Amino acid sequence: MFKTFVFGIVLGLGGTGALVHYVPVVNQHREASLIEFAVNAGNSELFQIDLPDDRILAGVPGQSATVPAALEWPDHRIFADAQAELFKLRDRDDVVVGIASRISSSKDASGPFVQWMLHLPARGTLFVIFDAAPADGGLRNGTLRGGTGDFANLSGSVTEQFRELSQDPDADAVARIQLVTRLVGQPMEDE
Amino acid sequence: MKYLLSLLLGLVAGAALFIVALLYNPFGGRLVVSPLALSGQPLIDLSYSAVPGESIAFVNDGESIIQPYPDNIAEIWEPTVKETWASTVLLTNALGAPAGIGFKFSSNSERTRLLESSALVESVWHVYLPGRGTFFVDQTENYWSYIRDVILPARWSPSDSWRGNWNRVTTIGPNALGTGRVTGAGGEFAGMESEAVELLTARAYSADHGPVSMSGNLTIAIPVGGEQDSLTSTEH
Repeated sequence: MFKTFVFGIVLGLGGTGALVHYVPVVNQHREASLIEFAVNAGNSELFQIDLPDDRILAGVPGQSATVPAALEWPDHRIFADAQAELFKLRDRDDVVVGIASRISSSKDASGPFVQWMLHLPARGTLFVIFDAAPADGGLRNGTLRGGTGDFANLSGSVTEQFRELSQDPDADAVARIQLVTRLVGQPMEDE
Repeated sequence: MKYLLSLLLGLVAGAALFIVALLYNPFGGRLVVSPLALSGQPLIDLSYSAVPGESIAFVNDGESIIQPYPDNIAEIWEPTVKETWASTVLLTNALGAPAGIGFKFSSNSERTRLLESSALVESVWHVYLPGRGTFFVDQTENYWSYIRDVILPARWSPSDSWRGNWNRVTTIGPNALGTGRVTGAGGEFAGMESEAVELLTARAYSADHGPVSMSGNLTIAIPVGGEQDSLTSTEH
């Protein structure tokens, strides 16, 4: 009987070890990446944000219309010129695939800027820097500054466009922000 | 019958032994001292409260013991972001004065390996320091020590809480020396490529509500030479 007990211990040690080794602790949910091939421009992908529903946070000093209403945005004078927002990020089929931050300032002492960080948990993160001033048609042009995961070692451009969808404030989506990435792989250093 | 009982008892004892060995693995500890502290480079130290209720905002899927903050903030419950949480924090300098705002997004990592004492989280920061500029940080963090030394003792305690003084560098990569990667974005930091580490200090934790007293410290190394000379900060 003692031998059976010892055998059980060995089996328990081995079984638990195998369980811990082979059963994944984290298994991120993945949606199919809706990537289009753009002729001579790498791969293109559309991300969108429906407003107001996808806006998780909007911090604007001196304004009472913060999101959510209970948000206590720092009122220190150094933040007087900045706007910071946090959004849910959707793919072309309106499925939430990540979250995104947008920080902008038109009067900061270091210069005006608009920047986004797009975080897609199962894929990686994009760091994007935009022109402070939009081009014609409200389109803002940006550059991929860096990335992680699937977006590491990519380069290319990103555009931001704000579109009004409805005048009805009770509509599901009153406006939409569209971000379009056009990315290509960077050549290897030894090439 | 008695042989079957012996086998079952052995199995339970074996599984328990394995878990104890896993938890008390002496090789599972992490760095207490920042690897950047010995680098000799100018550093920027930014501190923040890691207690969700003391941050500007905190969002997760709403099902954790750590509740989103403030009230009525949208939860990120969708399947693709369910293992992700986001903090918006006020960053202060070494004197405790407001220095900036940071967004931190963290996602549980599929590279987590309990056998290797790793409970990994992929984190990214978007940091704005008014008047100075902006930068991004990406890092892999290991929360194994935090789970083993803070969360589990709190859950096992009759008072459902833990008090003590725990501090660890949570950053373990992606750089070779276990540091995170800094990507400069604008202002003084435009074009900068550098390293960062994050250190957490916990003093109290509740098994019912999460961190009660906890602070974070993000240290950025500033490359010396060239255009980065002007960055030699007085903040450290």
